[in-house]
Amino acid sequence: MSAIRRDPRPAAPGDVDRIIRIDVRDPAEPRPTPPGDPIPGATRVIRLSERLLDANDRRAARNRAWLQNRGIVAVNLVSAPGSGKTTLLQQTLARLEGRVRCAVLVGDLETDHDARRLHRPGVPVAQITTGSACHLDAEMIARALEALPLDGVRLLFIENVGNLVCPASFDLGENQRVVLFSCPEGEDKPLKYPPLFSSAHAVVLTKIDLAEAAGCDRIAAAANARRAAPQARLFALSARTGDGMGTWIDYLESRLLT
Amino acid sequence: MHELGIAEAALRAALREARSANARQVLRVVVRVGALSGVNAEALQFAFAAIRAGTPAAEATLDVDPVAAVGECPACASTFTANDGFFGICPRCGAMGATLQQGRELDLVQIEITAP
Repeated sequence: MSAIRRDPRPAAPGDVDRIIRIDVRDPAEPRPTPPGDPIPGATRVIRLSERLLDANDRRAARNRAWLQNRGIVAVNLVSAPGSGKTTLLQQTLARLEGRVRCAVLVGDLETDHDARRLHRPGVPVAQITTGSACHLDAEMIARALEALPLDGVRLLFIENVGNLVCPASFDLGENQRVVLFSCPEGEDKPLKYPPLFSSAHAVVLTKIDLAEAAGCDRIAAAANARRAAPQARLFALSARTGDGMGTWIDYLESRLLT
Repeated sequence: MHELGIAEAALRAALREARSANARQVLRVVVRVGALSGVNAEALQFAFAAIRAGTPAAEATLDVDPVAAVGECPACASTFTANDGFFGICPRCGAMGATLQQGRELDLVQIEITAP
């Protein structure tokens, strides 16, 4: 399907570090056999317009309405594995304790380690074990919402499966999609995953206490996040040292339904 | 591999349409895939090929009609194609906050069947 394009220039002598580019992205231009040219023979073409994620999108819309009726704002946290979603959540729950009642849904392929890490008095936590699924979908959220005691809860955090690709396609019914990337991952991460970053309401650069040790240029990281997600609010913080946490908490509180 | 679930949705819808048209066979399924849909066309085709066996679509190909990401600038109202996937900044005037006009599509748009 996708073209394999090689740099057509001949290699110059001594040009040892010239990069061979193999581009397996889907070409943006229409393909040479446009859909509509029927295969010859006694065939019939039926034109349709059916959204393949329609079932998920409708479920997500129901989740959103259900949550709104209960005065709950849902925040979907998405990142690569190891960017610090759980640690940020732990510190966030600690700071909101006694002020804003929270609940947590956490998705992982296996184990309930994250749910146990996040458990604290007064915060209902449900672990969604996906088995092999690489993302949460709206149906999983709907089932988890039935199981979770949500009386008085105003803020629901959904910690998605660690993955920067698949969760982009699945609306869960969240109000805010927050995409995290950490300093050790490199400042160019937002440029590598446009579908997800372009769908974010907020982008959080985490582990800024490790920036220097990891050789991460925070200014470049922020510029890249701006480029990939100009629509998003941008935060830089360290959940471990607390640096930047105040602005993040203010943002969450500003999203609450009154 | 979230493409598997999406291929299943495409196959299910194609078979349903083919049934209601009394078709013997589905020969082709065409899916529009936006550049920012988060779906990889090759993975979608791979998944479709893996699940079509034993159905009236066992011989069907899944063709992808790619849709480029196109943004519209709120400042100068120009529209532009974001080949690299970054549609938020207008290449003409540099304003931010462009809205996506197309690029997140994931639609079954056509099937081809053997006429009854």
